[in-house]
Amino acid sequence: MPHIILIGVNHKTAPVELREKLAFSREETLAALKTLKQHPDIKEILIFSTCNRTEMLYVSGNQRSVDDVTAFVCAQKHIHVSEFASALYVLHRDAAVRHVFRVASSLDSMMVGEPQILGQVKEAYRTAVEAGASGVLLNRMMHKAFSIAKQVRKETGIGDNAVSISYAAVELANKIFSDLSTKSVLLLGAGEMAELAVEHLMSHNVKQVLVANRTFENAVTLAEKFRGQAMGFEERESALAGVDIIISSTGATQYVITADQVKQAMKKRQYRTLFFIDIAVPRDIDPKINTLSNAYVYDIDDLKTIVASNIQQREHETVKAERLVAQAVVKFRKWLDSLAIVPTIKAINDKMTAIVEMECDKTLAHLNHLPEQDRAAIRRMTRAIASRAIHDPILFLKNTGNHRDDALYLNVTRQLFNLDISDEQ
Amino acid sequence: MMNGLQTAGTMLQFVFLLYLVSLAGYLFYLVYQKEPVHRASIYLITAGVLVHFAAIVVMGISMGGLPVHNLVQSLSMAALAFGGMFLFVQYKFQLKMLGLFAAVILSGTMLGVMVLPDTQVVPGDILKGFWFYCHILLVFTGDAALGLACGAGILYLLQEKGIKAKTPGFFFKRLPSLDFLDLVSHACIVTGFFLLTFGLITGFVYAKAIWGRFWSWDFKEVFSLGAWLVYAVLIHLRLYSGWRGRKSAIMTIIGFAIIIFTFLGVNLFLGGHHQEFTK
Repeated sequence: MPHIILIGVNHKTAPVELREKLAFSREETLAALKTLKQHPDIKEILIFSTCNRTEMLYVSGNQRSVDDVTAFVCAQKHIHVSEFASALYVLHRDAAVRHVFRVASSLDSMMVGEPQILGQVKEAYRTAVEAGASGVLLNRMMHKAFSIAKQVRKETGIGDNAVSISYAAVELANKIFSDLSTKSVLLLGAGEMAELAVEHLMSHNVKQVLVANRTFENAVTLAEKFRGQAMGFEERESALAGVDIIISSTGATQYVITADQVKQAMKKRQYRTLFFIDIAVPRDIDPKINTLSNAYVYDIDDLKTIVASNIQQREHETVKAERLVAQAVVKFRKWLDSLAIVPTIKAINDKMTAIVEMECDKTLAHLNHLPEQDRAAIRRMTRAIASRAIHDPILFLKNTGNHRDDALYLNVTRQLFNLDISDEQ
Repeated sequence: MMNGLQTAGTMLQFVFLLYLVSLAGYLFYLVYQKEPVHRASIYLITAGVLVHFAAIVVMGISMGGLPVHNLVQSLSMAALAFGGMFLFVQYKFQLKMLGLFAAVILSGTMLGVMVLPDTQVVPGDILKGFWFYCHILLVFTGDAALGLACGAGILYLLQEKGIKAKTPGFFFKRLPSLDFLDLVSHACIVTGFFLLTFGLITGFVYAKAIWGRFWSWDFKEVFSLGAWLVYAVLIHLRLYSGWRGRKSAIMTIIGFAIIIFTFLGVNLFLGGHHQEFTK
């Protein structure tokens, strides 16, 4: 009976320093796959390595191979097993399958629902195929993983909502402005969250980034970082006429932008829309500005509320996704079970018996003149023909061992005899 | 001759059905956001508009002129103009949720066509001629464009309400950005205003030819001019005082309300020489 095993570390069990040490580049992966394939107990193997995880998924004849694979990783990465033993998880059978399906569906990601993971899983599978390390079981399992991931993305809203403050701000900007590449951003002050928001906006190709800071030198440094333009803090009022998105994060105790200033600026800018993102505490932007036409002000609490409701929504969707994954695991388990020798032989026997019975009934229906014992003889004969016909194939299936890949032959047999039409791809 | 009208009547019933199914499709799409349903709904409206056009051609041939002799015929013509204009705007801007508005208006108008009594018409020579056809074509398509501007305006207000109140909810994901909605609304206003302007001018020319005067203080004339002024002011304010977004959206709704009143209300409550062909 083939045994599916997954061993690895991920962002939940290992800190980034450790994950870095255990990461495999594409070339290293290819080399490792070729080496591990030679191991007598490893029939199929796939290595999955991203910045958040390093995992080895393989099919083995027994469980001793876990220590060998771990030792191999230690040798490759020049690391002692004690350094990562506590972070290592070893999953068997259904647990391993479930884990792979969850990873592909982005349920195990640091940012649940992020879409890149599926591409990375596909890449890992391609590499395994290239190295000739993937076989019947992993092929089927990975294809199931891809289809379940697509289904999760399609049928649940798991990747729909922004779940960080800066993403929520960008999402809002995208619902206010139709084309961010024609819009200018003004950053007032500095701060991690504000800078992150500017970076996200820059990835949407905003036209221009202006930076104002009470300390002009800081403004220049930040402007260089964002390939933007530095300006004096006192120029902010006149800048309101030209920019479209203002991200504010200063340490000021009073409003740095007042409603009157915006009212004046609005006239100059023909009431084109202004969007204020106020990340400062205490607030920088007068909340009264939100009551002006075509001006929108979101402060940190507003953004937090949106993020919280998005997270809640996402958790709701996660439950749905987990259910889809659980169903897929059960289905895969059924297929795997059918790949055993005894059920396959039984299925062939059942199929032949059914064919023989049906054909006998059809023929004997027209031969009513025959006496009863002749009819019984004909039945016996047809059964004997059938069992003689499948005798050699069954003998071949029973003759296991010899280091051959049983899963491969069983899979071919089931396809030749068309034994599981219901769950074919 | 009756045969042609009967055929057209059956075709219009089929058109009504197509618009209704499309409306159901759009409602489903509104809730579940399934793209194939959206596409199917557009195809249904397109099929509806094509059959509708054919029906009106059949009617026109059997009547020997544009079928705008009574209220039912005028409503049907208005629906066709609206459907055609919607397909144009949809093709140009791909504003998905505008289809829901269009399906509501089309189904509603066709419901009127189905249930209102189709009064007997006496074909006269008065409703013919180049200027009359231009007048009808321009006014109906212009009104349709202004109706779509109102639709985009309503969508703008829905989206704006959520963003302003800081509670992005049901519509936040389903509607595009405020800028885009405003752009579509404005494009429809300018198109509609342009068509309406020439529609009114051709109307004056036609009136001069028939009644010997450009302007006769007919109620429909007065309200049409009122609606035209609303849009003229709106375009002016947008250019010179930055009336965009919310204010503009509200104005499109007011303007379209005046247009609907001009179309229906004047005939029902007031009177005038337009009465003759929209009984």
